[in-house]
Amino acid sequence: MKVTRREFLKLTAAASGSLLIPASSAKAATEWPVFPLHKKVKEAATICPYCSCGCGLIIATGPDGHIINAEGDPDNPHNRGALDPKSISVRQLSQNPLRLKKPLYRAPGSDKFVEVEWDWAITEIAKRIKATRDATFERTVTVGDKTVTVNRTRAIAFLGGAANNSEECYLAVKLARALGLVYIEHQARI
Amino acid sequence: MAGLGPSFGRGVMTNHWVDLKNADYILIIGSNAAENHPASMTWIHEAQLKRGAKLIVVDPRFTRTATQADIFAQIRPGTDIAFFGGMIKYILDNELYHKDYVVHYTNASFLIHPDYKGPDELDGLFSGYDPEKRRYDRSTWTYQTDAEGKPLRDETLQHPQCVFQIMKRHYARYDLDTVSNVTGIPKDLLEKIYKTYAESGQPGKAGTILYAMGQTQHTVGSQNVRAMAIVQLLLGNIGIPGGGINALRGESNVQGSTDMGVLAHILPGYLPVPTEADVDLKTYIENKTKPGGPWSGGYWTNGPKFLVSLLKAWWGSHATAENDFAYQYLPKVDSPANYYWIALFEAMYAGKIKGLWIMGQNPAVCGPNARFEREALKRLEWMVVQEIFDTETTSFWRAPGEDPAKIQTEVFVLPAADAMEKAGSIVTSGRTIQWRPKVAEAPGEAKPDHQIINLIALKLKELYAADPGPFPDPILHLNWDYGQELDVEKVAREINGYAVEDVKDAQGNILAKAGTTLTTFAHLQADGSTACGAWIYTGYFSLQPDGFGNMVPAAKRRNSVYDPGGWGNYPYWGWAWPANRRIVYNRCSADPDGKPWSEDRKYIWWDEAQKKWVGYDVPDFPVTKAPTDPGGRDPFIMIPEGKGRLFAAMNEGPLPEHYEPVESPVKNLLSSQQINPVIKIWKTDEGKDIGDNYGSPDKFPIVATTYRVVEHWQAGGMSRWSDWLVEAQPETFVEMSQELAAEKGIKSGDKVKVKSARGEIEAIAIVTARIKPLKVNGKTLHVVGIPWHWGWKGLPYDVGVKDMVQGTANFLTPHVGDANTQMPEFKAFLVDVEKA
Amino acid sequence: MARLAMLIDTSLCVACRGCQVACKQWNDRQGWLYSRTRNRGSYENPPDLSPQTWTRIRFIEHEGPDGFRWLFLKEGCMHCGNPACVAVCPTGALKQHPLGFVTFERELCNGCGYCTQFCPFHIPRLEILNPLTGAAKSSKCTFCQDRVTNGLLPACVKTCPAKALDFGNRDEMIAKGQARVEALKARGYTQANLYGVDQVGGLGRLYVLIAPPEAYGLPAKPQYPALASLWQKVVQPLGEAAFGATLLGLLGVFLFVRRKIRMEEVR
Repeated sequence: MKVTRREFLKLTAAASGSLLIPASSAKAATEWPVFPLHKKVKEAATICPYCSCGCGLIIATGPDGHIINAEGDPDNPHNRGALDPKSISVRQLSQNPLRLKKPLYRAPGSDKFVEVEWDWAITEIAKRIKATRDATFERTVTVGDKTVTVNRTRAIAFLGGAANNSEECYLAVKLARALGLVYIEHQARI
Repeated sequence: MAGLGPSFGRGVMTNHWVDLKNADYILIIGSNAAENHPASMTWIHEAQLKRGAKLIVVDPRFTRTATQADIFAQIRPGTDIAFFGGMIKYILDNELYHKDYVVHYTNASFLIHPDYKGPDELDGLFSGYDPEKRRYDRSTWTYQTDAEGKPLRDETLQHPQCVFQIMKRHYARYDLDTVSNVTGIPKDLLEKIYKTYAESGQPGKAGTILYAMGQTQHTVGSQNVRAMAIVQLLLGNIGIPGGGINALRGESNVQGSTDMGVLAHILPGYLPVPTEADVDLKTYIENKTKPGGPWSGGYWTNGPKFLVSLLKAWWGSHATAENDFAYQYLPKVDSPANYYWIALFEAMYAGKIKGLWIMGQNPAVCGPNARFEREALKRLEWMVVQEIFDTETTSFWRAPGEDPAKIQTEVFVLPAADAMEKAGSIVTSGRTIQWRPKVAEAPGEAKPDHQIINLIALKLKELYAADPGPFPDPILHLNWDYGQELDVEKVAREINGYAVEDVKDAQGNILAKAGTTLTTFAHLQADGSTACGAWIYTGYFSLQPDGFGNMVPAAKRRNSVYDPGGWGNYPYWGWAWPANRRIVYNRCSADPDGKPWSEDRKYIWWDEAQKKWVGYDVPDFPVTKAPTDPGGRDPFIMIPEGKGRLFAAMNEGPLPEHYEPVESPVKNLLSSQQINPVIKIWKTDEGKDIGDNYGSPDKFPIVATTYRVVEHWQAGGMSRWSDWLVEAQPETFVEMSQELAAEKGIKSGDKVKVKSARGEIEAIAIVTARIKPLKVNGKTLHVVGIPWHWGWKGLPYDVGVKDMVQGTANFLTPHVGDANTQMPEFKAFLVDVEKA
Repeated sequence: MARLAMLIDTSLCVACRGCQVACKQWNDRQGWLYSRTRNRGSYENPPDLSPQTWTRIRFIEHEGPDGFRWLFLKEGCMHCGNPACVAVCPTGALKQHPLGFVTFERELCNGCGYCTQFCPFHIPRLEILNPLTGAAKSSKCTFCQDRVTNGLLPACVKTCPAKALDFGNRDEMIAKGQARVEALKARGYTQANLYGVDQVGGLGRLYVLIAPPEAYGLPAKPQYPALASLWQKVVQPLGEAAFGATLLGLLGVFLFVRRKIRMEEVR
């Protein structure tokens, strides 16, 4: 564990803005103990999923692809390496054993969920969307003495999600409007 | 948001996070920025430490943000318009406004209809009120115009019907005594705050206002925001570094989700949803572009190009000039407000909504009058939820006290990948789009939400192809070619926009070749030659220089070194909408002749030699339009008349007027109009245990507000499953003053019951010196506050610990909202408290 | 060799608990699943340091001559310049690093608990691994010894969004702290002071406070425990000598009783 000379990682935007160990000390041929990093610090840079500050994180993952380390990204201008407690705890979303892993179905009146397969779930969901839309679709309405094409259903609602990325939100809106939905809302309204 | 659009033209945070460091005066009101936007503290501290900026915090409680304030005032929940009204009066009376800015950049000089009358004359109402319909006819709120339809103006600001004089009369009633009696803030403290903040009106000084849900979650929320807009326009703080109205939005991508139109009233890019009056494309365009319409002037006159490009992106070759670009495929509404959140849950409660599809939301905890909304969920035939944990919503049918046998709703829960486990872009509150790559693997069989939507869309297309049903065209013809395994970058390119055919200018020169990704919304066309999912995003995914010599999709750029002028813009970090403008309305940073108001705050200016606007940001203005050209002094390009609106028509009036919250302990001191005269009061099952019930002060004498804490996030669907966060804040609590606690015999740590007309919860009491009883018009009022993050499920429940206090604060809140947005009045209602 | 220190400016702290959680994140500590904590009428949680909590924020509502202040204190190992825990550690698990802070090597720890008894600030916590055998390990903040010796900031310092934490050359931290105290006084914080400059050999953790140390629960005059010198110079060598375990045991009992008394004094 002891070394005679160390080359220190230059800290970007460290709180004191300088090398942690003054360079002159580093060059002094003094032995002192170094403790090896007990885990990976960095692999990839990403953005926090909590508030709208848009702080940057650097993430390291373990062999199963789940997060083992998270800390601030010093290069991100919004936070310069800082993170609040929620952001720094993203690992506990990634590694959490309570994460949903399989599609679940609850039958009418049942007191429990059962695990189901994706194909089945997607098919059943699509069938219900279609059935409800088709049974309640309004092609036209009468406004005063005019017939107006409305092409909508008011029996299906879509909610969510402000934590979803923009591409997902766009796809949701595109599909929902194509189905004729008008009840489309999410966190921004409340 | 809704107050910002009518005032400035766009409902967005005008500046951005790092820009906070440039402020000389920071007013935080209706926001607890240190807890809910912690990164803001980095920049607020920099402003304080490096510039000597003064921080003023106004809040119903002394929060963690308040610990940093130079001046703190405790305000009664729901009285912000009175507070700002007093500030506006102070600024006008003492002539602290930035005169040239006000004359040239706002509608202060514009003349209003001769029959306009305001609350000063009509006891709290504006001219044109219909008490039966609870609605205003706005025809007396219009500008006086000349023969060509141009507004008449008096730049001396003396004409009695000019906006400036109308405002003086309107706010004359908001004197210090009245404001103090309404808000509970002592007179001398009010004056100190007004005097300090108004110093930002000097040219060269900048004041910024930070606000969040504390301003918007009221029945007068939009007008709260309008009041802040008026203050900032008077002081010349809009469009300059360190200034602005910084609407601190909540979730990581609520800005993006709003931009993409996940709302009943808009399509992506803020295009209005078609109504039954917009019978065809031609009529839609006429209705939007006619005088007084949203597309009648300014940059929005290009609206038709944006709509046609959207239709082309959605229905591709099936959207042609011959079929109105498939305009009829879009569903139409009678009135969008009939489909907003509260109305949605009222319809669900009435059994009109059969199916609910949820992507990442927990209404069982976040919904107002949550017992009512949970009851509504039971009336669904089916529910689909894309989620990462099994929450109070996915398991609403087995909540404590429920009998699953009586609930017939089919529930499908689809395991979703979380934010780290999929790629896509998100937008900060400051409009900066950052690409977020996939950096971790989803557990088990969880899939990204975009893939889930993809699978459902593909299956629907299959089902509709086999069995058409009524009008299947919008589904069968929907452009949906992202692959079996959705490629999110294809979606990004579509949102960004691309040339379907060669895009040509009026002279026939090619601006963009067919198939190329567009770089600017200026290339969008109304003839079907362009496709674009969201015009405000055009450019975000186009290849742009990153300042290191590379060409990179703009949202993926990572250059945090290049900072022209040192204002913290970092134009090569990600991409900001619109057009990478980091501070919007930045034409305002130069005087009418195009010179900076002060050398200290040089931001953009007119370069006579180059005949263009230059500086440290992309000009939010036609770059070659000279100050002396027509429109050269109209910085608010998204407003038809080009000026910031001090006077701006909204549903309850053109100027903010104080009304009490729907549940209030006192009478309105400003007029006999007790509450907002145009809000919709729902009365479903009034009088029943679960229903739209309203409490009166004799039964519920204590004013309550709800809020958030740094340790948890919104409805808790992420944070309440985190071991570290649950430890830091494990249980629902209610903060109350030492005086109230003494009256009720409550000590810190006691379990107490908080009840309103809508429900009752348990909470742990935190007795604190940080809330004091308020003196309101001679009466002593108590205020309590409750964070709303909790619900019965979560980490402790899921590991078998079911006796923690996890009360859902929204059991207490009313099902009533703002007159323009219907944003629920979570922030001011009545309760009573007793030891449990 | 420059001594390193942490500067904690409590006037800038907004008690977000980023540091509290960042420490757990880096050091792989547990949260509620370990402490099973409840809300006792305060934001402060968990209620104490523990083997799983090496730093935490204390919340104190304080009325002083300048009016009401909400005080926040980030507590943890003070990394004393004259560390008693190092003096009494029989195995060398606790060492004073040449860079000035007190490191901990868990593999060397025999769980004797002497460090928990002699610390003037009552910081180290004993993690009982086996209640039957009494096998235990000590635990405390190590200034992120692996990060720091590899040129990285401690996790807490890096994460603070309020920039209330700094870390570097101790003399520079002291100068910065003194400048902050002057600036605070000019802003009306009449009781601003810098804590940790000289106590117990000078602390590795320096605090800019806006009220007297006692208001935060900090000892105004923390003392290097006299008994620690005795322990180090006399008792330990004795223990190695032929007199053996019995004498040691008797002395141990004697000291155990004294420790209880000392603990009251320190608290």
